[in-house]
Amino acid sequence: MNVRRAAFSAALTASTAIVIAFLLLPVVAIFVDVPPGQLLDGLRSDAAAEALRVTVKTNVIALALVLLFGTPAAYQLARRRFRGRALVVTLVELPLVLPPAVAGVGLLAAFGTLGLLGGTLDALGVSIAFTQTAVVMAVAFVASPFYIRTAIAAFEAVDPALLDAARTLGAGPGRVFVRVALPLAASGLGAGAALAFARGVGEFGATIMFAGSLRGVTQTLSLAIYELFDVDFDAALAVSALLVVVSGTLLLVAKLLPTWTRSPSTFLSGSVRSTSS
Amino acid sequence: MDTLSLDLSLGLRSFDLELSLDVGDETVAIVGPSGAGKTTLLRALAGLARPDRGRIALGDEVWFDDRTNLPPEERDVGFVFQDYALFPHLNVRANVAFGGGNGTVDALLERFGLAALANERPRSLSGGERQRVALARALARGPRLLLLDEPLAALDAHTKSRVRSELRGHLRSAGLPTLLVTHDYDDAAALADRVGVLNEGRLVQLGTSAELIAAPASPFVAEFTGANLLVGWARRTADGLTEVELDSGQLLVSADEAEGRVGAVVHPWDISLARERPADSMQNHVAGTIESVVPVGNRLRVRVGPITAEITERAADSLALREGDRVYASFKATGARLVSL
Repeated sequence: MNVRRAAFSAALTASTAIVIAFLLLPVVAIFVDVPPGQLLDGLRSDAAAEALRVTVKTNVIALALVLLFGTPAAYQLARRRFRGRALVVTLVELPLVLPPAVAGVGLLAAFGTLGLLGGTLDALGVSIAFTQTAVVMAVAFVASPFYIRTAIAAFEAVDPALLDAARTLGAGPGRVFVRVALPLAASGLGAGAALAFARGVGEFGATIMFAGSLRGVTQTLSLAIYELFDVDFDAALAVSALLVVVSGTLLLVAKLLPTWTRSPSTFLSGSVRSTSS
Repeated sequence: MDTLSLDLSLGLRSFDLELSLDVGDETVAIVGPSGAGKTTLLRALAGLARPDRGRIALGDEVWFDDRTNLPPEERDVGFVFQDYALFPHLNVRANVAFGGGNGTVDALLERFGLAALANERPRSLSGGERQRVALARALARGPRLLLLDEPLAALDAHTKSRVRSELRGHLRSAGLPTLLVTHDYDDAAALADRVGVLNEGRLVQLGTSAELIAAPASPFVAEFTGANLLVGWARRTADGLTEVELDSGQLLVSADEAEGRVGAVVHPWDISLARERPADSMQNHVAGTIESVVPVGNRLRVRVGPITAEITERAADSLALREGDRVYASFKATGARLVSL
């Protein structure tokens, strides 16, 4: 019996070690292959610098749009109970599981010159595909579900009695949203925004199909890595290292945020509290 | 002073809430088991739930009828929620100031003993303190009607009696038409001028707590209306007991320790009746005339002065009790629990 127990325990430990090693090794390799000095040189290359600029610009705009429209939508979906609500929520989540290439084809089919709205957009003198606008749309398309899902959960966690209390204290629905719902959901919203931003920065498939990879215009960091890696592997490594740092930071923010704002006094011990409150 | 008048019908899961009631310059408590529709009633008054039909008006201002349905923020209601619903992200002062009334916030904090806690967050407060914040917050907007949902349910037994007596004082000094709901009859009797018993959406009976105990309209009311609440002044005696001089003039003795303004809680079935002053171990023998005899199932509720006793028909027959007879109502000192008011 003891032998079996020990064997099982060893199997668990071994599996955990394999998982961690497999997931961590590629990340570590990026930093081991290139010394830090060379990493910085790689980032100074024109291609990398331009890609960084495009990435920051498109992602900031995309995130702003996701927050602007996603926050009220998530509040609505969290508060209202209506027929077909589950279906709507599932549709919003669809891009989470959609293959990025399919998202790219879909965006082309909808907004491309020959697409569903192509004629209308053309008549208005607007052409979206293969512009920076297309990058923003591709990023927003794949990243918004990450935000909206988290935001719905954050708004659902706000005690409805608090919203009712605010109403009886003379606050209209708009003021209740701004003064009670938003501050109480803020940490969850922040976590969702960090996740969406991380997903957006890493966007590849939908962008390359819908926006192409034009240097200085639509070529983001992810696309630059793809283009650089047979020409200048060191530069590709440098850009990759930068993205590892950015993604890791965003993940950390997403993990820490809910703990942080909920219990300032017991910083970092919040995972237990959050279930009880 | 405005009078709240309501007459409403609202479909609940398994029955309809059908209720009509006027609340003037007084505190009315609605008691009933959980699920009787108590919270829904308050929510309908505050505009948080929509009745199917009916009319709600405060004074001559109509809040709800066929054509009108004012949103919650336009009804002058102070609502104290069950568990108080304090905003966890705001400190005590900001909670109280949420509804406006800037000039009165400091005065309210002072009046409710919260000045020293003004910068604390709700989570660091005790149950009694939270309740005072909730009450101060509800009053800050200068409401014309006060609603309280189970104001004492969130408190442990130890702090409850102190907080109840504080709350009673605050409700008196607020001087507003007040409607509170509770599942605890003793709380209702201690806090309210009139008590209504709600069962499955219907108001079974409405009256003073003494009336409800003496003449319950149905076995349900009889079961629900717990004990006599005899109000008076308490002082300690040399032998370690407490003597209470009732407002009705009689004296009673309790084994509980208390001083000052108290209510003695005595259950009707702990009281026996006799024609002569009995010579037994009971400490309390209150003499009075029988004011009413009301049958409740196979028992009788007999009101003697301020006290109602519950006895069997057979016992009543053997004593040949009639209204107007002079009798002694007896109960043990340990049968009279004291709560401070």
